[in-house]
Amino acid sequence: MTWIILIEVLVKIALLLGGLMFAAAYLVLVERWIAAWVQDRIGPNRVGIPLTKIRLFGLGQPIADGVKFICKEEFTPGHVDRTLYTLAPIIMLVTALGAFAVIPFGSVLPPFPLPDGSTYQIRLILLPAFDAGILLFLAFGGLGVFAVALAGWASNNKYSFFGGVRSAAQLISYEVPLSLAILGVVVASGSLHLDHIILTQAQSGWWNIFVYPLGFLVFLVAVCAEAGRLPFDLAEAEQELVGGYHTEYSGMRLMLFLVSEFLHMVAASFLITILFLGGWHLWGITGSNELVGWGVALVRVIVLVAKVFLVILLFMLVRWSWPRFRFDQLMDLAWKVLLLWGIIHFVLAAGWAYAGVNQPMWLVAATNWTTLVIVWLITALVSPPESDNRPRREPAPVWSGEAVESPTS
Amino acid sequence: MSHAGTKKIRWVNETPLSPIERTYIPLVLQGLTTTVRHLVSKKITLQFPEERYEPADPIIYRGVHRLNRDAQGRVKCVACFLCATACPARCIDIVAGESPWPDREKYPVHFTIDMLRCIFCGMCEEACPVNAIELTSLYDLCGKSREEMVFDKNKLLLIYDWTKDDEPPLMQIFEQEAIREEPPEETQSWAAPEHPPFDHVAEKAAEMYRRDSAG
Repeated sequence: MTWIILIEVLVKIALLLGGLMFAAAYLVLVERWIAAWVQDRIGPNRVGIPLTKIRLFGLGQPIADGVKFICKEEFTPGHVDRTLYTLAPIIMLVTALGAFAVIPFGSVLPPFPLPDGSTYQIRLILLPAFDAGILLFLAFGGLGVFAVALAGWASNNKYSFFGGVRSAAQLISYEVPLSLAILGVVVASGSLHLDHIILTQAQSGWWNIFVYPLGFLVFLVAVCAEAGRLPFDLAEAEQELVGGYHTEYSGMRLMLFLVSEFLHMVAASFLITILFLGGWHLWGITGSNELVGWGVALVRVIVLVAKVFLVILLFMLVRWSWPRFRFDQLMDLAWKVLLLWGIIHFVLAAGWAYAGVNQPMWLVAATNWTTLVIVWLITALVSPPESDNRPRREPAPVWSGEAVESPTS
Repeated sequence: MSHAGTKKIRWVNETPLSPIERTYIPLVLQGLTTTVRHLVSKKITLQFPEERYEPADPIIYRGVHRLNRDAQGRVKCVACFLCATACPARCIDIVAGESPWPDREKYPVHFTIDMLRCIFCGMCEEACPVNAIELTSLYDLCGKSREEMVFDKNKLLLIYDWTKDDEPPLMQIFEQEAIREEPPEETQSWAAPEHPPFDHVAEKAAEMYRRDSAG
């Protein structure tokens, strides 16, 4: 039996790595298309099959991008700490990929017979028996901070350093509301296993977004900040920091950073889908039992990936809709709003869990939605009516261009 | 406290948000609808090699230069160096020689324009007293080497041959409109014309301008 487990794990790792790299490459293309469309442009539409004139709507663009990155000179500036400088992108990629070890890509394939007579069943997750999946996910997310901070530090460049420090502060701050939002869902489902969280949603038919809207909002904003997507991309604010923490990187190492950032976004979308949007569940199509036939198992994978893609599209639209936060606004949002919302969400979820599992779902949902409205209104009323943080002082008079008598004349 | 020569700045406060705006819902929706509206709106990109930009008025477009020919097919330039003097980028290089033709004293033996230095300001065209150098509406100028981008007299004359049908020389346009009372004689010298030969052109241009601006 051990040989088949070995094969299963190797095949899964190969599929995961290949699929993720492929997805990251093509999501870059999608991101560029959406960026172009939002700006009334057409976007990449020229590169097709290499060495031919076939264009295919620009679907060959990722190949061109990859070849470009690989062929570029990988320049190491003389003033960097070489060990950390090389280590940082590796840590970044490893943590970004490692988070996918606990993400289920569907439910369970039906059991099939082996040559020796026994049956074998495959769960569509890299670590099926790992019960603290979501903790591992958070741990990898926390380790990702190291990569960014190390890259900023090792580059020995003030812009990189600013990017690294900003990113460290941001990621640590937003991990708190993120964990609280997850905690509420975990308490409600009674499991740290992502498969089980999906299953509870599928069996009740109530996705967590309908039952815990407050948690969903906190999670959406916090995970967007964790992934460093645009309203929260202070770590690489081009207008202020050249390129942020990867200013000094080039070639393959830069590509590792960029791919890892996309993988962060993909992982965040998977987590949103699994925790709040019902994972592979869709009413009337996928059923809610754990054991299904091949057809339904495949449909579940498709449903899950489609939901994830929609969430990614939302992230990409958000990127072009709102401007970047100022740093004090970023911290205000994390510590003054999201933290409180997260605590309220967690307390409510814990209260209903304490009351027992047999409560009617509509009642739980109704209390949560009412709380959301109340909390939102209170937040709106107590929030400052302006975002001006300029120092309140008399502005110095400025030179207006008129002639001044010189003291000697 | 206001000093002489200085001006006081006024402190402008940010407009405070109304209570409804402070819920952020209208603002968030506004941002998303703007994005989505542009996402589906008509794209303005010009797919260059397939679709080409057509200058609205090729006559006044400032593209690649050309050296005009006169009626006999000779180069019109009289090597007066006014264009080279007017050029702010100093990209025009003229070598003058004694003219083999009786109607002028000098002609350009070499006439080169360094297109890499040229800023396409059109001052050479304005400076030219005989309308010999003109800027065409060709804009997709490229070359594989620096040497290739230094245009000599033959190349500039060749550009005239390419573009003369689509963009007739300004002189020709004016001449078609103007009624010439006395064509200048073939032997008349440039040095001392009895009548400034292009006055009627200037008058005609001014008249066309008045007519156009009147309606």
